[in-house]
Amino acid sequence: MTNISWFQDIGLNDRPTVGGKGGSLGELTSAGIDVPPGFVVRTDAFEKFIVALDADEPIRTPVEALDPDNLDEVGRVTAAIRERIENAAMVSDVEADIRSAYATLCKGDPVAVRSSATTEDAEDASFAGLQDTYLWVIGADDVVAMVRRCWASLYSVESVCYRRKQGLHEAGVAMGVVVQQMINADAAGVMFTRSPTTGDRSVITIEGAWGLGSAVVSGEVTPDRWVIGKLTDEITVRDISDKHIKQVPKAGSGIEDQAVDEAERQSPCLSDEDLIHLKEIAQRTEKHYGRPQDIEWAIADGNIYLLQSRPETVWSQKDESPVAAPQSNPLKHVMNVFGGRKND
Amino acid sequence: MASEKKEFPAPSTVAIAEGTEAAQAAYPFYMQFEDEDDRRFWFYNSMHFPEPMTAFDMVTAEGAYCALGASNTRVHSLPTTLGIDYRVINGRVYIGGNAVTDPDEIARRSVEFEKRAFYYYENWERLYDQWKDKMRTLISDAEALPALDLPDFEPLENVHAGKGVASNHYLLDTYHKTLEGYFRMWHHHFEFLLLGYGAYMVFFDFCKQAFPEITDQTIARMVAGFEAEIFRPDDEVKRLSRCAVDLGIDGKFMDGVSADDLIASLEQSGTAGAEWLAELEKSRNPWFNVNVGDGFYHYHRSWNDDLSLPFSAIPGYIAKIKSGEDISRPIDELKAEREKLIDGYRDLLGSDEERAAYDQMIELACRVFPYVEGHKFYCEHWYTNLFFNKIREYGALFVEQGLIDDAEDVFHLNRYEVEQAIIIVMTSWSTGSPPRGQKHFRPLISERKAAIDVWAQMDASPALGPVPDIIDDPAIVMLWGITRENLDTWLNGDEGSDSELRGFAASNGIAEGTARVIKSVQEIDRLNEGDILVCQVTNPTWAPIFQKISAAVSDIGGSMSHAAIVAREYGLPAVVGTGKATAKIRDGQRIRVDGARGLVTLLD
Repeated sequence: MTNISWFQDIGLNDRPTVGGKGGSLGELTSAGIDVPPGFVVRTDAFEKFIVALDADEPIRTPVEALDPDNLDEVGRVTAAIRERIENAAMVSDVEADIRSAYATLCKGDPVAVRSSATTEDAEDASFAGLQDTYLWVIGADDVVAMVRRCWASLYSVESVCYRRKQGLHEAGVAMGVVVQQMINADAAGVMFTRSPTTGDRSVITIEGAWGLGSAVVSGEVTPDRWVIGKLTDEITVRDISDKHIKQVPKAGSGIEDQAVDEAERQSPCLSDEDLIHLKEIAQRTEKHYGRPQDIEWAIADGNIYLLQSRPETVWSQKDESPVAAPQSNPLKHVMNVFGGRKND
Repeated sequence: MASEKKEFPAPSTVAIAEGTEAAQAAYPFYMQFEDEDDRRFWFYNSMHFPEPMTAFDMVTAEGAYCALGASNTRVHSLPTTLGIDYRVINGRVYIGGNAVTDPDEIARRSVEFEKRAFYYYENWERLYDQWKDKMRTLISDAEALPALDLPDFEPLENVHAGKGVASNHYLLDTYHKTLEGYFRMWHHHFEFLLLGYGAYMVFFDFCKQAFPEITDQTIARMVAGFEAEIFRPDDEVKRLSRCAVDLGIDGKFMDGVSADDLIASLEQSGTAGAEWLAELEKSRNPWFNVNVGDGFYHYHRSWNDDLSLPFSAIPGYIAKIKSGEDISRPIDELKAEREKLIDGYRDLLGSDEERAAYDQMIELACRVFPYVEGHKFYCEHWYTNLFFNKIREYGALFVEQGLIDDAEDVFHLNRYEVEQAIIIVMTSWSTGSPPRGQKHFRPLISERKAAIDVWAQMDASPALGPVPDIIDDPAIVMLWGITRENLDTWLNGDEGSDSELRGFAASNGIAEGTARVIKSVQEIDRLNEGDILVCQVTNPTWAPIFQKISAAVSDIGGSMSHAAIVAREYGLPAVVGTGKATAKIRDGQRIRVDGARGLVTLLD
């Protein structure tokens, strides 16, 4: 069983063994889209680790027995499990493989360590954000520690309650962890190949702010917002907001908030050229997946990278009745205008 | 949103401006508001009649609404609407729709509608070809109307032919034929118009539902034709510019040289000059029969009447040709782009069922659209120009007869008063006595001119009377873009800031530059390269100056207005229908035009 897979070697079909995020990054990489390079600590590695712990003292059985409405109990049980995960000895071959892959990826450069759960990013539920992400992690020791913390996040109160409410079997629950070179973004944000506000499939909505994308994703900054016609390339909405802070790498490791210069606050964080470039990448991504996507992006030194792409879930789940049906006599359509507007 | 029911002023509460009562009374009684009108909703037709109407020019409203209503009410039997009533107060034309709301009546009218309108749609191409023939006949009939001639003695050949009707009679006859032709033209104008707009609206509504964030401009681009007559005048100016270069006489065309001086100098320029002038004649007939306005006012003169507009564009085109630029319209590219849009939006639809409906709708919209784009050249431009010029001939006759001081003054008489003046002249010719009324018309005219100036300074309420719960009249929604939402905006006043103006997003792009507030076509020489044109209304005849400017802003017009179409062709940012750009923007002020958002920002 391998512990590590590189992005270029995996795709969406590997989701059961690398998790949703890892599968998606692998898929994007193979689609020829610029993704910062990285690898996944596969679910097998997690499985080895948890099986060893479980043998010591059961984990999965007590979790599966939890009542999601009894938050006190969930809190108590999961806190103990998380502590065990974070402190137990790492399986030795897993640790060696992570250190070696990290050395191959970058020599002490910052990486992001992100949990990649097999239940996360499933197509039927936007389950993002329930697991942890650690940004600007430097050095193999910290990488190993953060991998373990990601594993532990699978036993957060929120995650466990979600699984219990969904009735998922604990034995099938696993987690991959993505270790990815980190981009010191000049600006970053999200984009949607289907309008989040209207469901319009003909526009790309781009949101972005200065610095790392975490500020936008967490909602700490109101991002600039643009709407671009997929077919026209016309930028029809330009809402430039007051971006008072940005998230930047902290000296040492981790990230911190930084006040944005007065002049920069009100300036758009992307040029029109960047916007059109992003729009094209969004369309390429959507085309690759064959369905609307929600995408995270970052731009550094004029180079655009995608950090994530997952299927749009809100509008896709609506029961959409067609706007109009063909008529046996096409002229009957004019009655929509001349026959009196129906207020239905 | 209307928490408290606000109302527009009732017509009876609108005061006639002090001192203009007599001028208001010059409009025929049937155009005046009456007390019963307080019960109805009226809105100011600022789109077609942005300026106070002279007494004569109200004939345009008469002719247009007689014909519009006939088409809706009696010819095509639109199920939910009859015609449009009109009134004039303080020089402003207010109109009100006549919705049909009784379901039984709608059903009865629908049956008729399908027999009539569907026939038109099914036979659109044949009927439109026939329409063009009818219009050409109408135009040649108007051109063939005799000059107004009162000879000293009746020509001998008339006497020997036993004609039996003397020349003075033809003053009246020609006047009646002139009016008759104008009223007839408006029937032709509306023969297809509502049906054409309706088919377009069907497609428009579909796109707005399927793609809520699609811009109006994009929908318009999907149905736009590229051979429409409205593009021809500008194309002819380009052709003449190329001609001048080919003939080696391009050096004669310089900024600031008047059209008359230029023609005089070309006449001295040997065969090359003569050849170019011959080409000019070809362009002039018919393509320079375009008005510099929308053709609703007598003072919207044509290029043929005033060559300064087309001529002012030639030096710029010549410079472009000499620098190797291709100034012709890339029709194949435009068509390919249109196909790309149509196919692209079809692909984005959610189901095959929607795609099938889309194909049905766009097929019809594209078939009918050439009329919507093309009719204006024949009606509002060419014919209207002939009409007003014929009336101008009467003006000249009245000057000659000592009734008025200036031929243009004739337009301050209503059409019945013009007939009175004609009878006076006819009578004087027959009796040998001097014409009566030497003192009658002059004071009326000066009173009315003064009133127009007063009215022009007044703000007209955008609407009058009770607000309807819904606006369900397709004619009003289609032609004027009046919806319940914009009535609420009007009622709640202008909530925009002092440094911003909002209008229709007519053509995408952002430009910043110096505003040139151009109030009449005589001022267009003031435009410098890169200026932003700010005007009341632009139309296709202004197209040649679009090569010079960096953006356009207008008071009047919607996203389907001709200004918008031309701006899109030139790829210039444009915001139209701002309502008050010419009043709020100072000449020379720096402004920013955001054509995608319909926003104009005043920068200093």
